[in-house]
Amino acid sequence: MTAPVIAVRGLTKRFGGRTVVDRLSLAVEPGRIMGFLGPNGSGKTTTIRMLCGLLTPDEGEGTCLGLDIRRDAAAIKRQVGYMTQKFSYYEDMSVEENLAFVARVYGLPGARARVAAALERLGLADRRRQLAGELSGGWKQRLALAASVLHEPRLLLLDEPTAGVDPKARREFWEQIHQLADEGITVLVSTHYMDEAERCHQIAYIAYGQLLVEGTVAEVVASAGLATYTASARAPQASVVELARRLQGRPGIDLLAPFGAALHVGGGDAALLEQTLAAVRADPDFAWQRDEPSLEDVFIHLMGRSRDNFQGAGT
Amino acid sequence: MSAAFSFRRMLAMIGKEFVQMRRDRPTFAMMVGIPLLQLVLFGFAINSDPRHLPTAVLDADHGPFGRALVAALEASTYFDVRRAVSSEAEANHLLARGTLQFMVSIPPDFSRQVARGDHPALLVEADATDPAATSGALNTLQELAQTAIDPDLTGALAALKAGPPPFELRIHRRYNEEAVSQYNVVPGLMGVVLTMTMVMMTALSVTRERERGTMENLLVMPLSPLEIMVGKITPYVLVGYLQVAVILAASLWVFHVPMVGNLLLVMLTSVLYIVANLAVGFTFSTLARNQTQALQLTLFYFLPSILLSGFMFPYRGMPDWAQTIGEILPLTHFMRIVRGVMLKGNGWSDIAGEVGMLALILLVVSLIAVRRFRRTLD
Ligand SMILES: Nc1ncnc2c1ncn2[C@@H]1O[C@H](COP(=O)(O)OP(=O)(O)O)[C@@H](O)[C@H]1O
Ligand SMILES: [Mg+2]
Repeated sequence: MTAPVIAVRGLTKRFGGRTVVDRLSLAVEPGRIMGFLGPNGSGKTTTIRMLCGLLTPDEGEGTCLGLDIRRDAAAIKRQVGYMTQKFSYYEDMSVEENLAFVARVYGLPGARARVAAALERLGLADRRRQLAGELSGGWKQRLALAASVLHEPRLLLLDEPTAGVDPKARREFWEQIHQLADEGITVLVSTHYMDEAERCHQIAYIAYGQLLVEGTVAEVVASAGLATYTASARAPQASVVELARRLQGRPGIDLLAPFGAALHVGGGDAALLEQTLAAVRADPDFAWQRDEPSLEDVFIHLMGRSRDNFQGAGT
Repeated sequence: MSAAFSFRRMLAMIGKEFVQMRRDRPTFAMMVGIPLLQLVLFGFAINSDPRHLPTAVLDADHGPFGRALVAALEASTYFDVRRAVSSEAEANHLLARGTLQFMVSIPPDFSRQVARGDHPALLVEADATDPAATSGALNTLQELAQTAIDPDLTGALAALKAGPPPFELRIHRRYNEEAVSQYNVVPGLMGVVLTMTMVMMTALSVTRERERGTMENLLVMPLSPLEIMVGKITPYVLVGYLQVAVILAASLWVFHVPMVGNLLLVMLTSVLYIVANLAVGFTFSTLARNQTQALQLTLFYFLPSILLSGFMFPYRGMPDWAQTIGEILPLTHFMRIVRGVMLKGNGWSDIAGEVGMLALILLVVSLIAVRRFRRTLD
């Protein structure tokens, strides 16, 4: 049994009295890809910054790569690759100059060869002299990834690396992530994309700074205990929107989402949901089918529930 | 049709600007502070007709007229006869250092020659590096010569009151004999230009990193605050040196400012001054949250620097509190060094004190900068 690469307990961060990360505990095993999910402002970036020593936690403790996150911030920084949410390399420097700068700061032996290899591996060789500021989103992201793994970190922290990147570039990016994990690098990646979450070994979902669920995708879906149905329109005059209006706010209905000519319905209490649906299922305009909840269903459900909890606690 | 100009939109815009202004406290403070500062400086601090200038009297006569003369000098309020000097060498030394502004030499036998109606010469030596600082006092001196010893001209001597002055005033302007104010201004300008540009450039370059998000990356890399500071500062030392070269060349070949002292001394002390200013700029960048604030801080620093350093107005014309502020500004000391070396031919021992002050300022400012620089984003 190997020691976890990230092991933190009760991590808390407050900004001016507002708790942004609230007693968060996390454990990630070596070589795993951990997906970090949660709505905007839920504290993902703040958590990542605490893990790599950019922010000091107000409470909590733990280790990153076996090093204490409070005491050994400097040592952690050296072994961690961090790709910031906002592009943070120099737009007025070329691709190669940026990489060379990083290589020099880390004092990497054979810097020139290493930079050349990184350029080659990431398909940036042709663009080495281009200014980083002139690159498209996808290429910038490649550069940032190349720069953050240049010093061969053992842990990679990626903060929404694929935001605003086209699907093809995203797919290639994930191939690289898996490649790196295969080489033994542990990855923590925050994202808003469900398809990306499903590519992770493990996911953690936070809202309002609190960790709500953690586990494999299947575990997370199962733990939500969500029952879902899809109602498909049988006749052209059947209105999905009208059906949604009829169900809105009824007991047991926690989730309502139209998908074209179909309506996705779900609830945390299967029996109560079944009871409410019994009335509308007689309508011959719609065909009803029980199905498996998606990860997205689970997260939207969780988000709604945590908001209720949060407001309940606040007032 | 939508109007090209709408009063409503304009008001909305004004309202928005007010809201933003209220949120940006430092800008607001600055907007109030700068006019206040200017009022205070121009209204009270600036005195282009300085009085109480330090004067020494070398009295070889020890006669009654000498004493009367000293009393008259003091009564004019332009001269503060602070100390008696024992030798001409000592007086010369004090003049070179800038401790003295005037030296009055009363020749031996002065009183007797006056009494005889010989119209003896009275030598006044002035440090005229800054013509503005001495002109008022020198004008008064002319009138003074006419009447200074009148009360002592009694009895038979009363006849001397009429006609030409009882003694001849010989004024010797040292260091800037022709009273060319460019000689004084141009070397000073070197310090002023460096102050503005050096402080601004570092202050901006560091806040720019923060504003663009690249600082987050720098902080996660294994770089210490001092490394970042030195790394940021060094390129600008070269830029500063270029400015020094240009200004020196212009002052020597365009303005024909005399280079009495050693050019090398100016070149060496310039490095110290440039680095001190860069450290000030770096400190500002640890205070400013964005580039706008960094610029405002630079301006806030620049104003007292040009007004209280003796660049624009004679240092001795300022009240004590203003001189105290002047003492902590690097420009004051650099200005004295450059003027001293170029116009008075000051050597290493003459400027050592000023160089020491510059080094002290650099040390203190650097300590503040490195301590204030945050390694985290907290
Ligand atoms: N340095 C800071 N000072 C004050 N508030 C901050 C700071 N950084 C983040 N926050 C606040 O903390 C909350 C969580 O932010 P963040 O961690 O960036 O969330 P996420 O990355 O999940 O979108 C947000 O409401 C944000 O405004
Ligand atoms: Mg974020």
